[in-house]
Amino acid sequence: MTEPLYRAEQLTRRYRNGGTEVLALDHVDLTIEPGRRLGIVGESGSGKSTLVRLLAGLDRPTSGRIWFEGTEITTLPERRLGFLRAAVQMVFQDPRSSLNPRMRVGEIITEPLRSRLVRRQLPDGIDHATRLAEVLEAVDLPADSGGRYPHEFSGGQRQRIAIARALAPKPEILIADEPVSALDVSVRAQVLNLLTDLVAAQGLTLIVVSHDLMVVRHLCDQLAVMRAGRIVEQGDTETVYTQPGTDYTRALLAAIPRIRTVGQAPSR
Amino acid sequence: MSLLEVRDLRVSFGRRKIEAVRGVDFEIAEGQRLGLIGESGSGKTVTALALMGLLPENATATGSVRLRGSEIIGAPEAALARLRGDAVSMVFQEPMTALDPTMRVGRQVAEVLRLHQGAESGPARERVVSMLAEVGLTDPTRIADAYPHQLSGGQRQRVILAMALINSPDLVVCDEPTTALDVTVQALVLQKLDEVLTASGAACLFISHDLAVVSQVCDQVLVMLDGEVVEAGTVAELFTNAKHPYTRGLVATARLDQTRPGQRLPTVEDFYAPGTQVGGPQ
Repeated sequence: MTEPLYRAEQLTRRYRNGGTEVLALDHVDLTIEPGRRLGIVGESGSGKSTLVRLLAGLDRPTSGRIWFEGTEITTLPERRLGFLRAAVQMVFQDPRSSLNPRMRVGEIITEPLRSRLVRRQLPDGIDHATRLAEVLEAVDLPADSGGRYPHEFSGGQRQRIAIARALAPKPEILIADEPVSALDVSVRAQVLNLLTDLVAAQGLTLIVVSHDLMVVRHLCDQLAVMRAGRIVEQGDTETVYTQPGTDYTRALLAAIPRIRTVGQAPSR
Repeated sequence: MSLLEVRDLRVSFGRRKIEAVRGVDFEIAEGQRLGLIGESGSGKTVTALALMGLLPENATATGSVRLRGSEIIGAPEAALARLRGDAVSMVFQEPMTALDPTMRVGRQVAEVLRLHQGAESGPARERVVSMLAEVGLTDPTRIADAYPHQLSGGQRQRVILAMALINSPDLVVCDEPTTALDVTVQALVLQKLDEVLTASGAACLFISHDLAVVSQVCDQVLVMLDGEVVEAGTVAELFTNAKHPYTRGLVATARLDQTRPGQRLPTVEDFYAPGTQVGGPQ
């Protein structure tokens, strides 16, 4: 059997918030195979963002271990995490706050390529201008976007910029934390189509965090449902949707707003 | 006479007079709930601000907005202040910015009551606690004594709802009231909104970019595009038989469940290309 892409064992993360201690992640085990599309759903505070931050190496667990392609990353010092920084890229919820307003789009997108840690992992002589043109085309933005500033773009376009930036260092894994929840419904479909196409075309492993189960169902083939720092249900997406195994998952599914018309019983 | 009558409302901004709302007409009857959908920049929020007399200083509004027969456009601020929170109140998207972080929430709700009814603080406290209970907050006494940061997003949004409803307004304007919330909390807040509107008989203008969310509260919907109302009808009509291609696009994109996972989702552009002239009903 081949080594999974990610293996996490007994991941626990505690925070101190003022005088109280918060258990954000509570002994979570998780395996992710290459090429899969994993959705992590749960309410605010369920630990889903904490989990992906640990996987991306942006935070360290209080206890527990994570292996990435067989290498344990939980014990490595920051200077030796370059391979992880190049292989794993993130897209965040709100492109208004995740893009530096004072930088031109071209600089924003190529910034990961200039990172000292990531640079060493990239093939020699990767040309920034060429890569910029490639990723702009991949996300369907005009070729001259690089010279403009984020505020000149709409919300959906800004999320495309964030995706282009994540693609720049040719990652293996894309982690998207609520990638469409700050977007209008009308723009959401475009960004979801883009993610679906990119993941297929570039053979990416995708991890999507969302409170919206319909978004995750659309993008992902595997699903983990989180509550209070634990994974309460896990499996093939369609199975979890059609035969939810816990009351919590059933409640999440029932809360999805559906179009209700006159004479129809309320969907709640 | 309708509760609210909007006639040829136009709002423009700045010296260049860029029009954000371009001749909007609609009415809301007593107790009626009207949804207003459209994407960012379509003019829905500007329309709502105009109804409340809350437009920023660089905005110019023309046309007519009559609430119970009295004109809002051009009315002096003192008259508008009396109307707001009394005849008409508003629920905004982000509850954290609508609450004062340094004041206990019970006092904030009571202040609305005192401003408009000059209520004594003792009876006011009772009214506040019972209003907090009405919007579905368990343990309302504890909530009244809490500061905003001690509450969850859903609790804060229900406090805002209590503030908006405590003076029994004739009209409640809700602008994306659940967009910042989790789906489970959203479902709860929408249910409470539905209940309190039914109980008080207040009319509601409910603004959202999400047709599914609007349909939880409203039966009648207006669709806004580039500052104009392009379609009006019941949720059922728009849903099954929309006339404007843009509306058909909105309906299609709102329904992720109609597309097989992984297949291409329909987008608004499949139905309507921005800038094209649309003829009459098709």
